[in-house]
Amino acid sequence: MESETSCIILNKVNKYFGDKQVLKDVSMSVPYGCIYGLLGPSGCGKTTTVKIMAGILESTSGETYVLGRKMPQLDMMNEIGYMAQSDALYTMLSAADNLEFFAAVYGMKKAQYKKRILEVMELVNLADDLNKPVSAYSGGMKRRLSLAMAILHNPKVLILDEPTVGIDPLLRQDIWKELYKMSENGVTILVTTHVMDEAVKCHRLAMMRRGVLIAQGTPDELQNRIGAATIEEAFIHYGGDEHED
Amino acid sequence: MRIKALAMRILRQLFNDKRTLGLILCAPLLVLTLIYFILDTTITDMKVGVVNAPQQYIENLYQNNITPVRCTESEAAQLLKEEKILASVKMISGKVYIDIDGSNTTKATAVLAAMEQAKRGMSALQQERVDLKSEINYVYGAGDLGMFDNFGSLFIGFLVFFFTFLISGISFLQERTSGTLEKLLSTPIKRRDIVIGYIFGFGTVTVVQSAIITFYVIYILDVMMIGSLWLVMFITLLSAMTALSLGMLLSTAASSEFQMIQFIPIVIVPQVFFTGLFDLSPEWAVVGKFMPLYYVADALDKVMIRGEGMASIALDVALLLSLTLLFMIANTLLLKRYRRI
Repeated sequence: MESETSCIILNKVNKYFGDKQVLKDVSMSVPYGCIYGLLGPSGCGKTTTVKIMAGILESTSGETYVLGRKMPQLDMMNEIGYMAQSDALYTMLSAADNLEFFAAVYGMKKAQYKKRILEVMELVNLADDLNKPVSAYSGGMKRRLSLAMAILHNPKVLILDEPTVGIDPLLRQDIWKELYKMSENGVTILVTTHVMDEAVKCHRLAMMRRGVLIAQGTPDELQNRIGAATIEEAFIHYGGDEHED
Repeated sequence: MRIKALAMRILRQLFNDKRTLGLILCAPLLVLTLIYFILDTTITDMKVGVVNAPQQYIENLYQNNITPVRCTESEAAQLLKEEKILASVKMISGKVYIDIDGSNTTKATAVLAAMEQAKRGMSALQQERVDLKSEINYVYGAGDLGMFDNFGSLFIGFLVFFFTFLISGISFLQERTSGTLEKLLSTPIKRRDIVIGYIFGFGTVTVVQSAIITFYVIYILDVMMIGSLWLVMFITLLSAMTALSLGMLLSTAASSEFQMIQFIPIVIVPQVFFTGLFDLSPEWAVVGKFMPLYYVADALDKVMIRGEGMASIALDVALLLSLTLLFMIANTLLLKRYRRI
């Protein structure tokens, strides 16, 4: 059915950590080549959802498909680029060493990755800092390097957990431009965010609260359906008037 | 391929972190040197209170590096108490009575030997007579206090074990706390490749470490060694490998560097007590058999002091290898906590 047209499919996914249920019957589908935003406050289950998509976590019940294949699957990891919320970098190493290591782990050949490393570093505006140790990087630079590492192996699916935290507005714009370019080239991108103005930039949006998907659609649809002027207003509407814990 | 990349990365990280590298390579040497000097001191100022003895005996004492101090019996007791003298001696009708401070075994043994030597040099005394045998009375401590023998071989094993355990454990823990483990698990790398890669990466360093320590102890500290140099190096390396895999395994159970340090008194310290540093009663000695360091110390002892070959340490080697393998498998399984596949 949907698997023909959608890149990522979650079907009634539940996830428990011990007794605590963090995801309740989450079903969503992300079309190919779409930039899909997952919007919600911290602690709502966004990260758990994307980790299930990335194949790091496994749902307690329900199915997850990426590129038509059931997750988790070890060989699928090559098709997915994952950028975690925290910068997962070896600070003792230079950016080049970090990238080379992950390129080798992804099974890329040396000639292939040498070129690709320069490409991705150019893309995130870090070409001049390639040989600096990561410990000398600023917060924003680390974030950009993390992004470079996520796209290093040319993944078909890109999963970014809060990618633009700590990045200045100008560079944020550049990164979004890059994301658009990649999606035009057929890369499916899933972005989590808790910033409303960033959510508007996504092609499609899912709103999440307390482990439940409360609304899905294009940003315009979500606003128009209830006559809200902003996404923030829409979010408040769909989430009900309960306050976050 | 992936294993090699991981091992190379660990080496590169260590190489960039000069202090940690220095700690792995030099700290065991430093500690070994210190222990060597502490346990190997020759006692230079041996003072003995002489209550009553012929002039010749006193001169003989001089010749045996003992400084005699003339005193009365009650003065001698006082001086002994204040640790001003190591022993007091009185000779009554040819029989030597020695009161000795035995709280420091090394010193007591040294001073007794010197006094015995002094007595032997007296022609007036007939050594054969049983009733003239010196009567030694331990005032403090006892003559059978555990001697620190075989310490050289034991400490090589222990120090290598300790430093490797600590550094591999903490660095594997950092992989987790820094989020890089998660990033690593988002790639097609297998869990067992991560464990094997770590073993190879740190293993390379420990090969160098084992070689340096073995050469240092045997050629510079000149510790008793009659067996094969290669076997000593091999056992040292095995000790490091066991420590490496155990450190990594336990770091999975720790949630911070601080908690990793807490494993030292639980995992490391008891191993020192139960692996030959002290003479234990048979019931307690059994406990040692459950500790990896016991087999390291046993094998090193056999090779270095008894000069035995591979055949006699085969069991120790087999046990250490299986322990390493066991810890690695357990670690691979424990990593399921972070990714099931």
